[in-house]
Amino acid sequence: MITTVTAYFFVVNRLLPTEALIYIILILAIIQLVVQMVFFLHIGRGSRWKTLTFVFTLLVVLIIVIGTLWIMHNLDYNMMHMSPDEVHTYMEQHEGI
Amino acid sequence: MDISRQKAEQETLQRKSIGFWIYLMTDCVLFATLFAVFAVLRPGTAGGPSGADIFDLPFVLVETMVLLVSSFTVGLGLLAARYGYKRQAIAWLVVTFLLGITFLVMEISEFRHLIAEGDGWQRSAFLSSYFTLVATHGLHIAVGLLWMLVVIIRLIRFNFKHTDLGRLSLLSLFWHFLDVIWIFIFSIVYLMGSLS
Repeated sequence: MITTVTAYFFVVNRLLPTEALIYIILILAIIQLVVQMVFFLHIGRGSRWKTLTFVFTLLVVLIIVIGTLWIMHNLDYNMMHMSPDEVHTYMEQHEGI
Repeated sequence: MDISRQKAEQETLQRKSIGFWIYLMTDCVLFATLFAVFAVLRPGTAGGPSGADIFDLPFVLVETMVLLVSSFTVGLGLLAARYGYKRQAIAWLVVTFLLGITFLVMEISEFRHLIAEGDGWQRSAFLSSYFTLVATHGLHIAVGLLWMLVVIIRLIRFNFKHTDLGRLSLLSLFWHFLDVIWIFIFSIVYLMGSLS
């Protein structure tokens, strides 16, 4: 809760440049995630299966999110700076299609 | 109740709790894909408004606080039930229920406002992904509220039983989980959205 309010005030008052703000928000969110996990969801105190499935899920989630961003960013970098017409002429000129 | 039966019940409860935990983890994957979609489609505003234009941050902060407090009160309810204070447990659950309803009403009014302004989900890829992500969370909240209502009614109508405690602990797990998801929605969708 404290971290949420902190993040909010950082953003509303724009205490830092945008780039740094994004990192601050993410770090605060992750701190809060850890706090919630330990105090409410009792990670590590229940059965071993719980922890195991949690770690596995974390892995899957990271693969999904980072993988998607990575691939889509690549696509974006390769194509989307151009309009469809521009892509067409580009392909004709450079790829011979 | 003899000891072997008690032990068997304990084991069933533990198995149920692991099963429910695995469901929560798959739900986590669902939300992860929605977050990924949102992150990819965020720049796709199609000439429409971006996050910075439409988000009302103070309103969303209040919404967030309501949900965080409700997460705390459901924890208090579970504690009260664990120590056998039935009345207190019911009272905390009712408080949680009311907070949950408040959250849902606030979210729906936000949606109504956006749609009335012409910024519904048809407007752009950004808004489609925004509505999908936030409304999926809202749907989970609605289901959680229904479940909470059932638990409250059971507690009021019937004697307090061992299995009720199990049910209540699963409900509280679900509620905390939704809270965690919302923290990420608040951070990634609203706070970062208002920066761009």
